[in-house]
Amino acid sequence: MKQSITLGKVTKFMGLGFLTTLKDLFTGKLDKEDFKSFLRKVVVPIVSILLFVGLWHMGAKTLYNIEADFKINKALEERGQAAADAEAACIASGNVTCQPNSLPSPAQVWDSYKSLLRDHSTISADKAAFKEKTAALNEKRIAEGKNPIVYTGRPSFVDQIFRSLKTVFAGFLLALVIAVPLGIFIGLSPTLKSAFNWFIQIFKPVSPVVWYLLVFMIVKTLLIDSSEDSSFTISFISVGLCSMWATLVNTAMGVSSVDKDYINVAKVLKLGTFQKIFKVILPSSLPLIFTGLKITISVGWMVLIAIELLAQSPGLGTFVWEEFQNGANDSNAKIIVAMFVIGIIGFLLDRLMLTIQNSVSFVKTDAI
Amino acid sequence: MAYLQLNNVHKTYVQGEDEVLSNINLTIEEGEFVAIVGFTGSGKTTLVNLINGLLQPTRGEVLFKGQPVTGTSHERGVIFQNYSLLPWLTVGQNVFMAVKEAFPKTPKKELNQMVANYVDMVSLTPAINKLPRELSGGMRQRVAVARALAMKPEMIIMDEPLGALDALTRGNLQDEILNIWGKDKRTALLITNDVDEGIYMADRIIPLRPGPNATLGPEFKIDIERPRDKTELNDNENFKQTRNAIIEYLMDIGNERKAEAQTAYALPDLTPKDFVNQFK
Repeated sequence: MKQSITLGKVTKFMGLGFLTTLKDLFTGKLDKEDFKSFLRKVVVPIVSILLFVGLWHMGAKTLYNIEADFKINKALEERGQAAADAEAACIASGNVTCQPNSLPSPAQVWDSYKSLLRDHSTISADKAAFKEKTAALNEKRIAEGKNPIVYTGRPSFVDQIFRSLKTVFAGFLLALVIAVPLGIFIGLSPTLKSAFNWFIQIFKPVSPVVWYLLVFMIVKTLLIDSSEDSSFTISFISVGLCSMWATLVNTAMGVSSVDKDYINVAKVLKLGTFQKIFKVILPSSLPLIFTGLKITISVGWMVLIAIELLAQSPGLGTFVWEEFQNGANDSNAKIIVAMFVIGIIGFLLDRLMLTIQNSVSFVKTDAI
Repeated sequence: MAYLQLNNVHKTYVQGEDEVLSNINLTIEEGEFVAIVGFTGSGKTTLVNLINGLLQPTRGEVLFKGQPVTGTSHERGVIFQNYSLLPWLTVGQNVFMAVKEAFPKTPKKELNQMVANYVDMVSLTPAINKLPRELSGGMRQRVAVARALAMKPEMIIMDEPLGALDALTRGNLQDEILNIWGKDKRTALLITNDVDEGIYMADRIIPLRPGPNATLGPEFKIDIERPRDKTELNDNENFKQTRNAIIEYLMDIGNERKAEAQTAYALPDLTPKDFVNQFK
């Protein structure tokens, strides 16, 4: 039986139901009755976004003025009226050397965003040129059995995003590989449950920073011979260990709380242990396992920034930290750009998990 | 030798607490259709689970063809009260899982044929690829019937199979179950709370006195020719008598229970405060 797949179904499936209303608006299918839902689903979010930006703008302006007044007053107290006037003139002229350094306004953030994109295209061009230049040489080096020359320039913002994504996915896979099977075993066996319970309770609340240090201690020794940079390994293992607890606990709970009716069915049909686990217990605990995985990927993405920052593993965390240390005029704005990018990617990761969940699980979950 | 025999069966869930079932004695012969009627919460499901092997008696023994029941078996098919279909499998897959377990050596093609046959028998062929949640309650229960029967059990145990259905669907399914039962005269045990259903379907009706300490009451034989006709049944003297006798018996138990509960409570000697006169 073939079912027609409409945009509405797909967007609802992915937890992006509000897009349907937008589509109806453009195709002119919007009825009067739908108008209310259109207002609620499209107009209200847009208004609230505008309100948010407005508040942000005003807040940023206030903070800017506080900082500017403080600077002028300080100049007045320490160096007299002339210095204060010069400071005020300097601030008004927009000269970068004397700008108050506070919360950037939306406009500044937007500018930084564009400058980061420009920076990315410059670096990409650079890289392409470098590759072209070294292509012939590298071929020769490979033929001679030497390592090819690689581009070692500064990574762009977009590169950092992809590196962070790589780290979070590696960490997520690690969490998946450890937590799901372990959770199933713990859920199935009360003995294992009591054996692991203290372990879970104690390690679950441990902070990402401590996880990082622990992993650092171990990996450093294990990779003592290697000349490779171990920061990626350390950060993805830390992310995985930090974020796997939600999946572990949810899987164990899902497996141990399978509906008794289904267990009875398995008994009456006399399913073998293997069959029982794969045909009855796992499918019925999938919704909870996925809830755990969804939390895991969100937590992973959240702690990633802190861990990258500590591990100096390339990625958004390092980017944020470097910008903060940098203290350039637009550093704060760049940090805010990174914040939004982190938030949006986190949201997309969550929706990705929801889409996977809806395509494999029998319970369809609506997005919140 | 009796086909299924329960000897002095007692069942407690928690040691030291009241027994759910006490002193149950039941004998079912091969090919018989026996109904057990009782109030909700009287321990009917516990009784069923003892017979199908999901539970073990605390005392006494359950014998199936002379052998004590120690676990579930493909020889005893069960239709559960709440369908118990696996919601992530389609109708066909639910039935297929059962036949695959019951006949592990049969080639897949034949198994598929069997699935198709049984789904057709409960007239659900158009819905074979649907998930249980896309079906109505009656359709789901028919899938459960098909799943239980597809394993070709020697005995069918039904635990209030039609309890959650509306009267019309209920009537149709009763006929369907009787039809299937009539074809090869398997032994059947029906647990129900509907006396009419019991009389219409069974050879014998045994009331279950409500728990705790539930036990079986005297049996009522139904001597009405098969196939029975629902509309004619209403004018059948025999039917009326049996029905009244069973209902009277059940009502008596109900009244007894109420009478037991009529212990006098010592009330404190209180009179309401007089607020009206207070403000005069």
